[in-house]
Amino acid sequence: MSDAVTSKIRAPGRIARLRRTLGSIRLPLHDPLAVIGLCIYLFFILMAVFAPLIAPHDPNEILFTSEFALAADLTPGTDGYILGTTTLGRDIFSQIVWGARSALLIGLTAAFVVALIGSIVGIVAGYFGGWADTVLMRLADVAFGIPFLPFVIVLAAFLEPSIWNVVIAMALVLWRDTGRVIRSQTLTLRNRAYVEAARVAGSSDLKIILRHIAPNVLPLSFLYGSIAIGWAILTEASISFLGFGDPDSISWGYMLQDAFASQALSKGSYYWFVPPGFLIILIVSAGFFISRGYEQILFPKLDR
Amino acid sequence: MKDGHDQDPPLVRLDAAELHFPVGGVVAQLQGRATVVKAVDGVTFELRRGESVGLLGESGCGKTSTGRMLVRLDKATGGRVEFDGEDVSGLTGDALKRFRSRVQLIFQNPFEALNPRFTIRDVLAEPLENARIPRAEHEERILRAMALVKLGDAGQFMDRYPHQLSGGQLQRIVMARALILEPEFVVADEPVSMLDVSVRAGVLNVFRDVRAQQGITAIYISHDLALVRYVCERTIVMYLGRIVEDGPTEDIVANPLHPYTQALVAAVPVPHPDQSHAPLPIGRGAPDPRNPPSGCTFRDRCPRAFDRCAVEAPGPTYVQNRIVHCHLHEPKT
Repeated sequence: MSDAVTSKIRAPGRIARLRRTLGSIRLPLHDPLAVIGLCIYLFFILMAVFAPLIAPHDPNEILFTSEFALAADLTPGTDGYILGTTTLGRDIFSQIVWGARSALLIGLTAAFVVALIGSIVGIVAGYFGGWADTVLMRLADVAFGIPFLPFVIVLAAFLEPSIWNVVIAMALVLWRDTGRVIRSQTLTLRNRAYVEAARVAGSSDLKIILRHIAPNVLPLSFLYGSIAIGWAILTEASISFLGFGDPDSISWGYMLQDAFASQALSKGSYYWFVPPGFLIILIVSAGFFISRGYEQILFPKLDR
Repeated sequence: MKDGHDQDPPLVRLDAAELHFPVGGVVAQLQGRATVVKAVDGVTFELRRGESVGLLGESGCGKTSTGRMLVRLDKATGGRVEFDGEDVSGLTGDALKRFRSRVQLIFQNPFEALNPRFTIRDVLAEPLENARIPRAEHEERILRAMALVKLGDAGQFMDRYPHQLSGGQLQRIVMARALILEPEFVVADEPVSMLDVSVRAGVLNVFRDVRAQQGITAIYISHDLALVRYVCERTIVMYLGRIVEDGPTEDIVANPLHPYTQALVAAVPVPHPDQSHAPLPIGRGAPDPRNPPSGCTFRDRCPRAFDRCAVEAPGPTYVQNRIVHCHLHEPKT
């Protein structure tokens, strides 16, 4: 018993250090807007996780009325279709629910990949300097020169239109912002006395990066990751709307494209294209609310 | 055992060591405007094992740069820096790791030399981990190092963070970290200049006593002659990247030979109310290090400069037990 207690006190090592590192990632709960953003995200996450339970139909299923006619262009409420049906007879509400899944999937994976690549590039360039810095930052310049949407469209069309290719295309371009910012942060950290002290104490470059640089850079990676979520969802929506998206997965952008192609506006089917559009706005704004909250944690002196 | 210090090979040897920094970017280089700042410009000295030497000079004279070269935070851009017969600049891999455990630096600013996210225990364990000392011994080594720097009740500090400690306590922790691997050579870079005057003496005494007890070879970098005199038997005076005078501290204080050293000695305040502070015999600040005077770099501030000083940089002249770099003391030919 007392053994367990002392060993607990004496083993500060990795667990405590990890907790302290992760402790630098706090949820921005002080800012009301950020809390609203978090609530919206929670709502969408629940929606995505429980999509099969919430959605009454398969989003791709072609539905028929009780008279065995195609259930096309039904207005909300008729025959129990909450948001009505599309021209091809699919349930709009089910598509909305499943759309949350692909939006979050794309948003989170793209953000993760962008933050990861950007952080590694930024830390390597900033810490080692010299030719590594030159090569990586010239690559970033090239990435800055690439027009974002056309590049993603070309790449998605070149490979094959799938969610993952859209994610890859975004990661290939969006790491540039994160990389630049992380690099400049690393540059200021590299010359701190405690980093030099670690070097004199015999710490290797890898150890200095993992123990002294990364924990200070992580919150910034997080901020840029949270901004990338919104970008990724927006981009996926644009690409799907332009018709280069994955035809097999339902996303809100795809729904807009479907509605556009079926001339929903001239038919006055607002129930078809307003909900996905609204949800895109909602989730992207929520992402920005959260990143604003992070910004306030990271740069308290900004004082808005 | 030892038959006289002179036969021992020196532990540390600088031979015309240089540390030059390029100034100006790519554009300036293309235009031919780029220059170099000669932070350290041809410094030569040797340290015997167990010696404690003060490196004295005003800010910008290259004393800190010299210290950084000695612990290899910066690589010499010219000349040689040797530790125990090995060229420090060429060390890599395991040889560098061994060097890191034998040579330590005590940082000037204890408030910045410790990672704010690390507890004191983490701070002190870092060198032990790097030296591959078994984890089971860490606790004991840490406690011993803290006792060495007279931090009583060490257990109370172990799990605190740097911001919870005072400047004096932090500087003791910084010293404990430098001493925990029992190094042979320590460079102390103005270890008390950031501290409150009331705690300086305590920290300074710890440094002096530990150094003497463990026979550590040390360089004490300072701009304060009084502090150097308190800690070091020998003093090297630097000016604008070069050595001007090198000899036993007491002799230098009693009879400074170089005009710059004379000015430094005159600048030490006298602790007597009736005695007013003598004005510095040298004027203005140090010249722009990007564009130092020709010949002797001190000549534009030197009250005794003459024609030759503008033409030729003075080489080392041996006067009794001292080395002076000044044309005034060169033997007449």
